[in-house]
Amino acid sequence: MPELIIEAGHSERHYWRELWRYRELFAVLAWRDLSVLYKQTAIGVLWALMRPVLTMVVFTIVFGRIARLPSEGGAPYPVMVFAGMLPWMFFANALTEASNSLLANGNLIGKVYFPRIVVPAAAVVSAFADFLIGLLVLFGLMAVYRFAPDGRIVLLPVFAVVACLTSLGPGLWIATLNVKYRDFRYVIPFIVQFGLYISPVGFSAALIPEQWRLVYSLNPMVGVIDGFRWCILGGESRMYWPGFAVSMAVTAFFLWFGIRRFRKTEMSLADLL
Amino acid sequence: MPDIVIAAEGLSKRYMIGHQTAVSERYVALRDVIARKARNVWRKSADLVHGRPIVQGDSVEEFWALRDINLEIRRGEVVGLIGRNGAGKSTLLKILSRITEPTKGRVRLNGRVASLLEVGTGFHPELTGRENIFLNGAILGMSRREIKRKFADIAAFAEIDEFLDTPVKRYSSGMYVRLAFAVAAHLEPEILIVDEVLSVGDAEFQRKCLGKMDAVSKDGRTVLLVSHDMRRLAALCHRTILMNGGMVEADGETQTVIDRYMAKHGMAAFADLSQRRDMSGSGDARFQSIELLKDGQPCRSFAFGDRLVQRFAIDVVRPLGRGLVSTSIATADGIPVYEYFNIDAGCEWTASRGRHVFTVAIDKLNLYPGTYTMTLWIGDRNSFRVDYAEEAISFDVVLAPAIGVEHRTQRNGGLVYQDAAWSIDHRTS
Repeated sequence: MPELIIEAGHSERHYWRELWRYRELFAVLAWRDLSVLYKQTAIGVLWALMRPVLTMVVFTIVFGRIARLPSEGGAPYPVMVFAGMLPWMFFANALTEASNSLLANGNLIGKVYFPRIVVPAAAVVSAFADFLIGLLVLFGLMAVYRFAPDGRIVLLPVFAVVACLTSLGPGLWIATLNVKYRDFRYVIPFIVQFGLYISPVGFSAALIPEQWRLVYSLNPMVGVIDGFRWCILGGESRMYWPGFAVSMAVTAFFLWFGIRRFRKTEMSLADLL
Repeated sequence: MPDIVIAAEGLSKRYMIGHQTAVSERYVALRDVIARKARNVWRKSADLVHGRPIVQGDSVEEFWALRDINLEIRRGEVVGLIGRNGAGKSTLLKILSRITEPTKGRVRLNGRVASLLEVGTGFHPELTGRENIFLNGAILGMSRREIKRKFADIAAFAEIDEFLDTPVKRYSSGMYVRLAFAVAAHLEPEILIVDEVLSVGDAEFQRKCLGKMDAVSKDGRTVLLVSHDMRRLAALCHRTILMNGGMVEADGETQTVIDRYMAKHGMAAFADLSQRRDMSGSGDARFQSIELLKDGQPCRSFAFGDRLVQRFAIDVVRPLGRGLVSTSIATADGIPVYEYFNIDAGCEWTASRGRHVFTVAIDKLNLYPGTYTMTLWIGDRNSFRVDYAEEAISFDVVLAPAIGVEHRTQRNGGLVYQDAAWSIDHRTS
């Protein structure tokens, strides 16, 4: 065990190695959040099923039937909506959970040392469980509509990881703001609500006029949702790669920014909580 | 110098205390920040218009919880840490366990540190005892494999075998504490940092924990321990550090340091309060001294059921008219138990210039064994603070040999003992 130096502004030189040492705590915290969630509400699983399904029904009626918007690549409208709903719901859950995670674990942070980033990261992972349940619903839906995906589906895990990173970046940043300014949590539902309207959840991003698509992709969820549809719907579904690149750049920026902000406040968190 | 496992140099910690937010609110609301900023801008522009100099309207006061701490602890040492509440003990422990960082100075640590600042950190009520052992173990820094290996020992130590699969929310407080301790007791760090956590739990379990801790130190591991229980410290530690006002006041052989602490901080039956500098209030009247008596003799050790008499002197500098005086009792860890006011007992006080000596007698002391502190307060007719002597004196409640009733001697679920009349109505069905 090398000598450890504690001093003001002395950030851990081996930060990422330290984080790796705490991977078990990370797993245990994610497992705790999950088992508590599903223990407390016997209808926990049911809830995870109902929310995306009901939203999908509403969106299909509003956008597909009333507005008569076209689907993507010949896929049934409900399947198209659900393929976009899945990453969106995950993003919304993960962002909310990560943002509130420091406050929810305030007691832990004030009493024990560990790399604090473990807490919001574990929150993102536990939001991933709802995502997996949603994925099962999607497969059920595809079976009902007799819609078979093609080989691209194997790339789904890649986009799932991208969705994790997309929510983690802003999540880390908002988590620190949330500790500093306690009324910030009232802003989070608004961000999530607003994000739903400006993301292509109920409709296909292909409907956006060509000259605006690059700008539209500044919303990182546009790239993620596009990616999901591209590998789930397969076939005719086209990927707008320049837009995806823009979305990924924004994701990378937020991730860098979130980690930077987080590491800056990390050491004083215990004094603020 | 590989033998020195903890070396602190010039360690200082500053906290900012905002005046606008109450002391209890350590956080700020964004809405307040915006409002305040807007107000400041308005005020400053008003100042500018009126040609007044602009004053930075900062309402933050700094408070140094630690000032220039230097200490070295060697491998295998068991060191006690004592001091009044607010002396900086907890802040020091928090820095050493890397929970918060120092404002100035540095610490060098050689070895794996585990800190136990609270019993059962991270326990979740919905999870079972078994699940909480894994959760708490991971939080305290044990690996899964390590917990698995020690699981049987932990469960046996906690004596909760048959409740392992019950959610801990259904546990009695005793079981909860035992489980939490059992996990902590099986930590095997090179440096163990323990805050006042042993004051909970029943006497027998405490003995078991102490035995475990003793064994830990015999293994050559280093222990840093905060306690208000001087007898326990004397039994466990060879070296003790006394902190006061964020600084190290004394550092040396335990008994010497304890004696000094007792003499200086009202751990004797008499305390001179006239020289204390930390008293707050308007100062129109000041406490001068306090003395504890049993059967007319100075005494700071009382038994359950004893008559405790306290006598304190107040010098009134400026007449207050009708004055209020209170004396309160709290446990060593700061939980208030009683507060007595002169007016509640029908004892009116006219605070005229000169010395006033009060005698307050508590008949039949009904506190469980332990150390307690007494805090004195003077208020004017509007209850504004005139003088305040926090922890003016402390006293011990010890086991009374005459009382053989077991449960009266233990502080289990409550703070005080109150007589109750019991009866049982039994019918065979």
